[in-house]
Amino acid sequence: MVQSVFAELERILPLVRKPIQYVGGELNATVKPWDSVAVRWALMYPDAYEIGLPNQGLQILYEVLNERNDVLAERTYAVWPDMEALMREHSIPQFTVESHRPVGAFDVLGVSFATELGYTNLLTALDLAGIPLHADDRGDGHPLVIAGGHAAFNPEPIADFIDAAVVGDGEQAVLRLSDLIRDVKAAGGGRADMLDAIAASGVAYVPSRYEVTYLPDGRIRRVVPTSPEVPWRVSKHTVSDLDEWPYPKQPLVPLAETVHERASVEIFRGCTRGCRFCQAGMITRPVRERSKTTVADMVQTSLEATGFEEVGLLSLSSADHSDIADLTKGLADRYEGTNTGLSLPSTRVDAFNIDLANELARNGRRSGLTFAPEGGSERIRRVINKMVGEDDLIRTVAAAYAAGWRQVKLYFMCGLPTETDEDVLQIARMAKEVIRTGREVSGRRDIRCTVSIGGFVPKPHTPFQWAGQLGWAATDARLQMLRDEIRSDRDLGKAIGFRYHDGRPGIVEGLLARGDRRIGAVIEQVWRDGGRFDGWSEYFSFDRWMAAAERVGVDVDWYTTRERDQAEVLPWDHIDSGLDKEWLWQDWQDSLDGVEVEDCRWSPCFDCGVCDQMGTRIQIGPSEGSILPIVQVR
Amino acid sequence: MARRTPNREYVPPVQTLQVRYAKRGRMRFASHRDFQRAWERALRRARVPMAYSAGFSPHPKVAYAGAAPTGAASEAEFLEIGVVRQVDPSVLRAELDAALPEGLDVVGIVEAAGPLGEALRASRWRITWPVVVTEAVEAFAAADSICVERVTKAGRRTIDVRALCADLVLVDPCTLEVTVAHAEPTPRPAEVVTAIRVVAPDVPDVPVVATRLAQGRSFPGGVEPPF
Repeated sequence: MVQSVFAELERILPLVRKPIQYVGGELNATVKPWDSVAVRWALMYPDAYEIGLPNQGLQILYEVLNERNDVLAERTYAVWPDMEALMREHSIPQFTVESHRPVGAFDVLGVSFATELGYTNLLTALDLAGIPLHADDRGDGHPLVIAGGHAAFNPEPIADFIDAAVVGDGEQAVLRLSDLIRDVKAAGGGRADMLDAIAASGVAYVPSRYEVTYLPDGRIRRVVPTSPEVPWRVSKHTVSDLDEWPYPKQPLVPLAETVHERASVEIFRGCTRGCRFCQAGMITRPVRERSKTTVADMVQTSLEATGFEEVGLLSLSSADHSDIADLTKGLADRYEGTNTGLSLPSTRVDAFNIDLANELARNGRRSGLTFAPEGGSERIRRVINKMVGEDDLIRTVAAAYAAGWRQVKLYFMCGLPTETDEDVLQIARMAKEVIRTGREVSGRRDIRCTVSIGGFVPKPHTPFQWAGQLGWAATDARLQMLRDEIRSDRDLGKAIGFRYHDGRPGIVEGLLARGDRRIGAVIEQVWRDGGRFDGWSEYFSFDRWMAAAERVGVDVDWYTTRERDQAEVLPWDHIDSGLDKEWLWQDWQDSLDGVEVEDCRWSPCFDCGVCDQMGTRIQIGPSEGSILPIVQVR
Repeated sequence: MARRTPNREYVPPVQTLQVRYAKRGRMRFASHRDFQRAWERALRRARVPMAYSAGFSPHPKVAYAGAAPTGAASEAEFLEIGVVRQVDPSVLRAELDAALPEGLDVVGIVEAAGPLGEALRASRWRITWPVVVTEAVEAFAAADSICVERVTKAGRRTIDVRALCADLVLVDPCTLEVTVAHAEPTPRPAEVVTAIRVVAPDVPDVPVVATRLAQGRSFPGGVEPPF
């Protein structure tokens, strides 16, 4: 019988900040009797509850797993250092929030990594749970530690700490894993048998079943399966018909305040715009839309199940849904005159979006307008394949001001391949032109725009996976220059906000993103030196990372600022995202030549490889049906 | 040109309802803001015809009366809501209870007969220590005046906690029940604990469990709830 640790926890909760985040009790949470199932998952988001709870991926898997009679899933999140200290003092293990069961008692600890900066938090959770940090040291009584999420497309830096990694969409993968684990358990098998079964099935990547060898210069020689049953490459999972998977149906509603106080409905998955810096767009291909009637049903179901006042229509580029005009108009009609707000994050830069935003603002709520030109000059936007002309951009933003918006955010990156000072300075000129035109068309002087800029981090499975990352000092110098250029005109400059992320965290992210198995020692050293919550500036320490790298003999520049050549074996080559490496290389070369690539939704296939390799196809509308008003019963 | 005014008329409330609810179990760790959000969501889930404030960011009309602090449990919290259609309090009670998270439980709903604030003059608290406090409580009871300091953003305030406490009863060697008069400011249970440690410094500075048992008009021997 597995006991709840709540009684012990209750004694320390009055001593920690925001205790509500540790007690669970969310609306729509599921608690199942421990002995009623064959397989038990603890699902973790390796960041604070306020960030982790709204995560859609985790909520989807939570529901999909709990719908199965023979499986239960509970959730756990990273605990803040004040809580960690008290848990250690009182010998309280890492626990799940629903039933406060110790994580070490579950069959699986599934951890979703949206970003690499959560790796140290994984180690905290393992250690608090009493699970050995190294997969090699674990025995039959320990859970399988399985990573997922976008960062799992290069699981090598955490290969020491995880037992397996799921690549791609998790919905079907977690069910197949549950079956495999249940069957091995039923047959009396242990941990090694489970990992053998998983590795052989190809459902997940099992690092211990692959051997990595290196060349004398430090590059990888090759990555070889250790047994003939194990596939050479592990393929990503792709859910084909999203209308068949309308999750979450019962979104979790926390007591604690979180970063997204709204329900979210994913309107499509994948993106084929082909922005070369964008790992999410590359690894989630092809585009799979939900039909507008499914979206409309999910919106209403979410509102009823949660009591939220706002619904976000999520995707990587929401205005690209083939039915987006009908969808937004239909939903705006349905909820007109109510207090329900709709928002459409992640939109591209064109005038069409202003119409959509106007539809959604009918109830008087105006969510902010954000555009992401990403690069300051036309030239650099050709390099990154973000096809938006300077004039279009100014016109679009001006249209927003004319339509009544007073505040517009513009997102950019610094340190893109081939970037020069001039490309970055163009951002200032663009922002000033935006204000100048905006004042003209709106006839007001109180309009503002905010330039938000961060350092570019090259990611695996993108055409920029070979690129040298810009060093942090050079990034900071360019950001400083940009800031001065924005401030150079006092009148326009005061209408332009400037937000930036300095270059240092990006170097650590770059190290972790494109690292290999030798980076595990750095992560562990940083954690032993106190590294926690690396995604939070108040906890992140660049010096700690650099000192740890030096101590374990890792050359950070070699992993970050070094450009790779075509022949190099990349640490993630044996993880198959479907993208053809030849095609990625060609796209990298095209990028350097400033050659753009079209979107395959509206042009012939250009053979990125995903659909052929994965047996998938683009699924877009327009779909049948229309969005009907909801009839109120009383 | 997009509309700059909300496309929604202001509808004034036609009925005011007073709700008594409990904060039990793990919900005692919810802060005021936490359960405020939970309440507003529950009101929407239960489709209560809430009155909204006028203005560009309308919010539902809910007034919370002196909420128990984070960490304290309560059997007697009160709030008031305005609705734009007459509702039957007993039907509403069942629907709201179903829409609230477990541990935030509706105890009663009535149509307002008078202002809540005037009816809520004192609270009966039960405070449980993990140690024996018999002598400490006796020493506290024997004093006429014991002051503690509250530090707020606005500055320091001195509160005579002892003067506002009455009807001290030790229900067991670790548990005190006490009536605390509402004042400006009202002592919190943690401040009662601090005041006791002023006269009995031997009592360790450890978390206690505090539960508001009742809220209303005080009378010798207890507190009379408004409903």
